[in-house]
Amino acid sequence: MTPFRYARAADPGDAIARARDGSRYLGGGTNLVDLMRETVERPAALVDVTGLSSAIEETDEGGLLIGAGVRNTALAEHRAVRERYPMLARAILAGASAQIRNMATGGGNLLQRTRCTYFYDTAGSRCNKRVPGSGCDAIGGFNRIHAILGASEACVATHPSDMAVPLVALDAVLHLRGSDGARTLPVRELHRLPGDHPEIDTVLEPGELITAIELPALPMARNSTYRKVRDRSSYAFALVSIAAAIEVEGGTVKDVRLALGGVAHKPWHAARAEAALIGGPATAEAFAHAAAAEFADARPLRDNGFKVPLATRTITAVLADLAGVDA
Amino acid sequence: MPLTVNGAPVPLPDDPRVSLLDLLREQLHLTGTKKGCNQGACGACTVLVDGERIVSCLALAVQYDGRAITTVEGLVPKAAGEGGDLHPLQQAFIEHDGFQCGYCTPGQICSAVAMAAELERGLPSHVTPDLSADTVVPTREELAERMSGNLCRCGAHNGILDAIAATFIVDDPEPYRADRPLVTA
Repeated sequence: MTPFRYARAADPGDAIARARDGSRYLGGGTNLVDLMRETVERPAALVDVTGLSSAIEETDEGGLLIGAGVRNTALAEHRAVRERYPMLARAILAGASAQIRNMATGGGNLLQRTRCTYFYDTAGSRCNKRVPGSGCDAIGGFNRIHAILGASEACVATHPSDMAVPLVALDAVLHLRGSDGARTLPVRELHRLPGDHPEIDTVLEPGELITAIELPALPMARNSTYRKVRDRSSYAFALVSIAAAIEVEGGTVKDVRLALGGVAHKPWHAARAEAALIGGPATAEAFAHAAAAEFADARPLRDNGFKVPLATRTITAVLADLAGVDA
Repeated sequence: MPLTVNGAPVPLPDDPRVSLLDLLREQLHLTGTKKGCNQGACGACTVLVDGERIVSCLALAVQYDGRAITTVEGLVPKAAGEGGDLHPLQQAFIEHDGFQCGYCTPGQICSAVAMAAELERGLPSHVTPDLSADTVVPTREELAERMSGNLCRCGAHNGILDAIAATFIVDDPEPYRADRPLVTA
């Protein structure tokens, strides 16, 4: 690990003042410390922001305001999250291990980096995300876990977060603070597609700090869930995952929320599938048709073509379960 | 404020690179906590922080300023001049063949002690059917899911789950061996 300075931020203003070139904010450290040990990340300084905000509060609009320092366990355990946003509780509980969920924060979870093995392989692999312009060994290599949507010639990595997938489905909003003041940003706009600059994961400005995650009031989210398909039954990253909520009235889809994990460089808002479903019949056939529409532009690699039918069937099954119809 | 380890105050390391795991093993010579993968994947380094389980390999010691750390050596507070008392879960690991080589055992035991407290307070897991329930039915599937962050390369998981069940859930886990559920949901 490269030497670095460590400081604990007293408040958001202090954190932002300390965030200079080459520094990184530190949450639970479960990804960043590992990346530093592997020398993938070499920050000159860490600004520990875990003490800043760990409250979960009701908003005037009927949603929840979640401090960025709330630990993953505490968020999944919160009564209002379990009852009003079960897709979020389920996604968190499907991620990592109990020990890591006790350490990891909400802000850190969103900003964790890909688990592409070529990204980690500092000794033997080329990676444009790790060393811009060096090339991508995943494209012609073992790419079973990689992206099928939105990838580029420079990068086919996926975003690993489970928690981010329901936040995209719910259209949650981030509260940010930087040297130029405060702003809000939909989670849907936080992560970038790789394009020519896969080394840049998000649209955050340098030194900008996530202070809170706001969930909107969304009564339909009570009928929601998260389903994760992975190589073993626990403690593994998603091959594909689905966060879904649906409201059916008289056999017709009145509203639907759908987001996918494990398929792209960012948690994927399945807007095409949502548009295909709203106002149509709540049938397994319609769900399968909408799922297929979402993957019309999918570009599978050598080893990951299975993700298209896997995700299509999983979307169909999850929506059928939530709508109470036979798949 | 220093952190405490098994009740004793410990100064923070000068170098922020020192992990909590290395502080425990290399500086305090508390070698019960094991270094397995050193990347958060195996759980051998599990310790308790204010009663909650974490993996100490991914923890920088400086982050735990003012916190109370408990390692396997501290699960049973020692009386003056005494030693050798086992936690009931340690005794159960012996009785139910909860280990073979023993390398993962301290992490398994610390993890299970905290897991029992999580069950007690009703924390749901990935396999909990009803998120809104106040209590969790401690099936064998629940125990296996909740212990999935602790790997045993010897394959002693059945004995480990028996030992945990015998200590925290039922008096005699024998009828619940293998695939049968501990408690019918």
